[in-house]
Amino acid sequence: MEYKDYYKTLGVARDAAQDEIKRAYRRLARKFHPDVSKEPDAEARFKEVNEANEVLRDPEKRAAYDALGSNWRAGQDFRPPPGAGPGPREFHFSPEEAAEFSDFFSSIFGQRFREPGAPGGGQPRKRRGQDQSARIAIDLEEAYRGVTRQLRLDLPEIGPDGHVVTHGRTLNVRIPAGVTQGRQIRLAGQGGPGIHGGPAGDLYLEVEISAHRHFTPDGRDIHLRLPIAPWEAALGATVQVPTLGGTVNLKIPAGSQSGQRLRLKGRGLPGDPPGDELVILEIVTPPAHSEEAKRAYRHMAEQLRFNPRAELGV
Amino acid sequence: MAQNDGRIQGMVLDEYLSVTLTELTRLCGSSGRTLHLMVAEGLLHPQGRGPDEWRFTGLEVRRARRALRLQRDLDLNLAGTALALDLLDEVEALRERIRVLEHQLGLRREREPG
Repeated sequence: MEYKDYYKTLGVARDAAQDEIKRAYRRLARKFHPDVSKEPDAEARFKEVNEANEVLRDPEKRAAYDALGSNWRAGQDFRPPPGAGPGPREFHFSPEEAAEFSDFFSSIFGQRFREPGAPGGGQPRKRRGQDQSARIAIDLEEAYRGVTRQLRLDLPEIGPDGHVVTHGRTLNVRIPAGVTQGRQIRLAGQGGPGIHGGPAGDLYLEVEISAHRHFTPDGRDIHLRLPIAPWEAALGATVQVPTLGGTVNLKIPAGSQSGQRLRLKGRGLPGDPPGDELVILEIVTPPAHSEEAKRAYRHMAEQLRFNPRAELGV
Repeated sequence: MAQNDGRIQGMVLDEYLSVTLTELTRLCGSSGRTLHLMVAEGLLHPQGRGPDEWRFTGLEVRRARRALRLQRDLDLNLAGTALALDLLDEVEALRERIRVLEHQLGLRREREPG
């Protein structure tokens, strides 16, 4: 297993005072809290910071950790020296805490669970397993139609001997149609297992909708920039427009301009009511490569006497 | 949670979901008293007159769970938690807005010459 440099994790010196450690922990906890942070590895970093703090904030645990010596480097292969580990001195943790911490941590401090309800033995208290969370990325098309996704998860489990083992699990999860960016899906009983026969926790999946080439979702609405020719804008036209449900016809009113918005009602993500597709018109001018095209443009310039900058007073 | 042919379907925490105070305490693993205080602080906004009639949407469920985690992990008081959640909501809304606008600008840029 890998040695963990808890001082490095918190960014403090080995001889840091307790209040320095507390300050460093608080700052990093705010920075990497999974509910606040947008760092991709926030969840893992937050766990590391918590584990380091769990050891360094407690003078007894800190002393046991320091006794390993200061010659270790983070990531170095670590074998607990004889006499270390859950020896005469016992450290107690809740099963929730134990499930969060690394093998390295367990090798030094052991895993004797604290049982708040049952001091000195007696019937162990049933406890609900921990809730877990994970992210799931889906395409916009999948959000529109709904999709079944296979999820592989590493879930910590507490074995019969009280040790924490992680094991992989595969779930087939149905994501219903109409789910939007950032929504959570709760899978009851799919989180961490219960302790002493308690019920399992829940699994919360947070949906992330991947970027699409043409459409941008905005809640249940879908935005699309639609290129149109100048004559379609000026004279009006019926043009084909892609939507998530297939191509539809859209009537462009005569005298339309770039940036103008047209709403295709109910063509967004499904729901009650369903979202709309917002079409943003964008006039695209044809290239003037050929002599004919140039002639056509010159003809327009002569005939239309059009000053697009009139509003600017020039 | 429905389970058929090995597929599991969860509960989407969206604006259509509606849960009672009792259900919310279960979803949050928290006491009714704590949630009462959150409503009093204006951190949660249930529909309905009194606690017996309160109904929380899925978005409120998410908010309550988030509030409890922040309170616990960062040692925040209730007012601080409410402020953090409001600011986080605002940041999320602004990020969403940027995402929509950037996408539209990106499409424009592709067609610009040079």
